[in-house]
Amino acid sequence: MADLTSDFLGIRSPNPFWLASAPPTDKEYNVRRAFEAGWGGVVWKTLGSEGPPIVNVNGPRYGVLYGADRQLLGLNNIELITDRPLEVNLEEMARVKADYPDRALIASIMVPCEEEAWKAILPRVEETGADGIELNFGCPHGMSERGMGSAVGQVPEYIEMVTRWCKKYYSRPVIVKLTPNITDIRKPAAAAKNGGADAVSLINTINSITAVDLDDLAPEPKIDGKGSHGGYCGPAVKPIALSMVSEIARDPETAGLPISGIGGVTTWRDAAEFLVLGAGNVQVCTAAMTYGFKIVEEMISGLSQWMDEKGYASVDEVVGCAVPNVTDWKHLNLNYITKARIDQDLCIKCGRCFAACEDTSHQAIAMNPGRVFEVKDDECVACNLCVNVCPVEDCITMVRLEAGEIDERTGKVVEPDYANWTTHPNNPAATAAE
Amino acid sequence: MGNSPFTPGVVSARLPAEALAENFGDLHAPYTAHEAHVAADRCYFCYDAPCMEACPTTIDIPLFIRQIATGTPEAAAKTIFDQNILGGMCARVCPVEQLCEEVCVREVAEGKPVEIGRLQRYATDTLMAKNAHPFERAAPTGKRIAVVGAGPAGLACAHRLAMKGHSVTVFDARPKAGGLNEYGIASYKTVDDFAQKEVDWLLRIGGIEVQTGRALGEGGLTLDALAADHDAVFLGIGLGGVNALGAEGEETGNVADAVDFIEDLRQARDLATLPVGRDVVVIGGGMTAIDAAVQSKLLGAQNVTLVYRRGRDRMSASEYEQDLAASKGVHIVHHAMPVRVIGNGAVREVEFEYTSDGPNGLEPTGETFRLRADQLLRAIGQRLEGAPDGLTLEGGKIAVSGAGRTSMPNVWAGGDCAAGGDDLTVTAVAEGRDAAEDIHAQLS
Repeated sequence: MADLTSDFLGIRSPNPFWLASAPPTDKEYNVRRAFEAGWGGVVWKTLGSEGPPIVNVNGPRYGVLYGADRQLLGLNNIELITDRPLEVNLEEMARVKADYPDRALIASIMVPCEEEAWKAILPRVEETGADGIELNFGCPHGMSERGMGSAVGQVPEYIEMVTRWCKKYYSRPVIVKLTPNITDIRKPAAAAKNGGADAVSLINTINSITAVDLDDLAPEPKIDGKGSHGGYCGPAVKPIALSMVSEIARDPETAGLPISGIGGVTTWRDAAEFLVLGAGNVQVCTAAMTYGFKIVEEMISGLSQWMDEKGYASVDEVVGCAVPNVTDWKHLNLNYITKARIDQDLCIKCGRCFAACEDTSHQAIAMNPGRVFEVKDDECVACNLCVNVCPVEDCITMVRLEAGEIDERTGKVVEPDYANWTTHPNNPAATAAE
Repeated sequence: MGNSPFTPGVVSARLPAEALAENFGDLHAPYTAHEAHVAADRCYFCYDAPCMEACPTTIDIPLFIRQIATGTPEAAAKTIFDQNILGGMCARVCPVEQLCEEVCVREVAEGKPVEIGRLQRYATDTLMAKNAHPFERAAPTGKRIAVVGAGPAGLACAHRLAMKGHSVTVFDARPKAGGLNEYGIASYKTVDDFAQKEVDWLLRIGGIEVQTGRALGEGGLTLDALAADHDAVFLGIGLGGVNALGAEGEETGNVADAVDFIEDLRQARDLATLPVGRDVVVIGGGMTAIDAAVQSKLLGAQNVTLVYRRGRDRMSASEYEQDLAASKGVHIVHHAMPVRVIGNGAVREVEFEYTSDGPNGLEPTGETFRLRADQLLRAIGQRLEGAPDGLTLEGGKIAVSGAGRTSMPNVWAGGDCAAGGDDLTVTAVAEGRDAAEDIHAQLS
C-alpha cells in the first residue's frame, strides 16, 4: 500500500489533499468536519486586517457552466475574503490546530500592500500555531479593486516586496498564491522565489463571466440587474492550471521551487496529473463545493491504487515525474508519424469522425456503403480530431508507422531517427546539416 | 351493483372509476424539461443519421434533438412539423422500436436508444401548448382540391396543399375528422382528446374546409363528380372492411370486430359504461389485436387471451407491444387458429386448432383445444371496401405510382388504402404529404 503521507515544506499531512482557501474553510465548524472526513490539510479562508470585517453581496455569489445533466464544469464566484472578525478566525484556527496536530493548517492572508499591515497581522497568525501562511495574491474580483489580491499578483515587484516582508516577520513557511490573470506565469513565480517564498500555489481563479441572462441582458451571477466578473474555477480550468504548474516546474529560474497545485482537481486522477507535473500537493475547492467533503475518500483510494499499480512507494516519488516530458514544440519529433485506425468491431457507425474530418479537417475518412468508415492514409495527418470526437473509447486510435514504412500522404519513407524543427530543412533558422 | 373482473358475462364497470382512470392514463408520462435535456444530450448528432433514414417522413431527428438540448423545443417542433404535420400523434403511436429507435447508434451500441419518440412528443407538445401554428398559407392559387378521408394521409395532404395556397375540401364519412387517430388507436396512447386537438391545430393553416358525415359513394359524392368539380382529388379512405375468421359459428352474439371495440372505447365519455367480457379472446397478431386485448384487460376482464395463428416472430405487432400486452396480463397463444365458435346465441367457448409452419405454409396439426370466452374480438386485418369504380387495384388496394398517382388522371391516393408501404400513421402522413407536393407541382 502506497504511503500517501505528504511532507510539503516540512509541513506533514496524512495525504496530499488540502482544501483550498475558500468558503469550505470559512470557519471552525467546516474545518473540523473536513478533517473528520479525511482531508490532509486546510488553507483557512483568507484573513484580512483587523477592523470592521469585509461585507459580501447579499445576492448570488456564484455563477456556473454546466455540462450534460447539470454536471458542474465550471464555477465562478464574487465572494470576497472572510467576512468574520479577525480575532474570531484566529481563535478558531488555534483551537482546531491544537485538536488536529497531524493535519496541515495554513493561514491565507490578504492585507494592504503596506509593510505595517503585514507586520501587524503576521505575529498574531504565528501565535495560532498554524503551519504556514499563504499570501493571497490571486483573487481577481472585488479586493483587486482595492489594490489587493490579483492587483498585487499581477505586479512581480510587489510580490517580491511583500514576500520579503512576510519572511521578515514570520518564521514558518510562506506560500505565495499566484493569479493566472497574467501573460507569463513564470514571472510572478520567479518574483516570489526572489522574495524568499518557500513555495508557490496556483492557480487562483480566472476572470470570468459564466453566462449572460438573455432576458435581463446581465452577466451571471447578477445582482439587481448588474454583474461583475468573478473568479473561475472547477474542472474547466484544469488544463490552464496544469500548463502553468508545468511552466514553473521546468523553467530553469523557478525549477525546484515547491508548488501546491490548484485548479479543477476533482478526482484522484486530476491530483495525480498535478503531482507528476511538479506539484508537491494539491488543493481542492470546487469539487468539495459540488459534492461535499466525502470526495476525499475517492481521491485517497484512487491515488493509492494508481501508485501501487505503478510501483510508487511515496508521494515524493511521484512529484515531477512527467516534467522532463514537457518540452517546447520545436523539440517534438517530426519523424514520429501516426495514422488513425478505426476498430470496425467497436464502431457504432455514428459518423462523427467523418463529419469532423470531412468538414473541418483533412478529408481523410471515407464513408463507405453500410456506414463503414475508413481512414485514407494518403490524406491522414494524424491530427487526432477523429479520436477526440468519437463517442466510443478506444474505437479510433493512433498507430505509429514503423521506420522504413512509407507514409502514403507524403510518399516518404519513415525515418528511424529523432529529428525536430530546429534541424528541419524548411526552417530558415535551422542549423545546417552536416 | 358491484361488478368485478369475476362477474360472468359481458358487463360494464368491472373496475372502480379511479382504477379505470389510472389504467387509461398516459402510457408514457411526458418528459419534464430537465428529463428532456438529459435525454437529448444522449444524442450523438450522427452524420447522415440512421434514425432519420428510418423515419418514413424523414424528420431531421439529430437537428430537432439538438434544438431541444439547446433550450429551443419550439424550433425543434418546427423541424418536426416541416416533415410531418402530425408529428404530435406520431410521437405517441409510432412503433419507434421498429423505426428510428431501432437503428439509433446507441441502441446498437448499448441496447438503449435515444428516446426519440418521447423527445418528439416533448417538442411538439411544447409548441402546441403555446397554441402556436408555425406555418403560414401562401397566397391563394384559386385551385380547388378534394381530399377524401380525414385520416393521417388526408390531413397531411390537405395541410400541405393549403400551405401552398390551394383551397381544400376534406370529406369524411364519420362524424369527426382524424380517421384512425380518432377511432382506431388505443386510448392510453392518445389521452386528453389529443387527436381532435391536433386536427383543430392543423386546420389553423386555413384554406381547408372539412365536411364530416360524407361517405364516398353516398349522397352524390362520387369520385367522378369530385374529379369534375376539382383540379385534383386525393383519396385517403383507409381500409373500411374487416376480414372474417371463416370459423364455424362466427355469427353468434358477443363476437365483434376489434376495430369497433376500440372505436367504442375511444368515443366513450365514461369508460365505466363500456361492457367487457370476463373471458375475452382476441384473434390476430397486429397492433389492433394488441390494442383490443390490452384495453379489454384494462377495462377489467379477468382473462384476456390473444391467439395468433403463427409464431411470435411473425406477429406484425412489435416486440415492445407484445411485451406491453404481457405486462398488462394478456396471455398470448401462438400457432393456433380458430375453427369453431361455440355458444347458444352468444359465444361461450372458442375451439382452436394448433398449427405448424410446414413446407406448404401454415398447416393445422389436428390437435384442438378450447378457450372459455364470453367475448370474441376479431383482429385479423382490414381490407379496402367501397373503392370507386375505374381505379386499378393491386393486391386489393389502390394501385399507385410515383407520389401516389392512381390510374385515373388527377386522382392521387395514399395511406392504408393505397398499395405499398406499411400501414402506419407515419407512412400515411408521408404519402399524403408527398402526394400534395406532386399535386402542387402538377397544378403549378
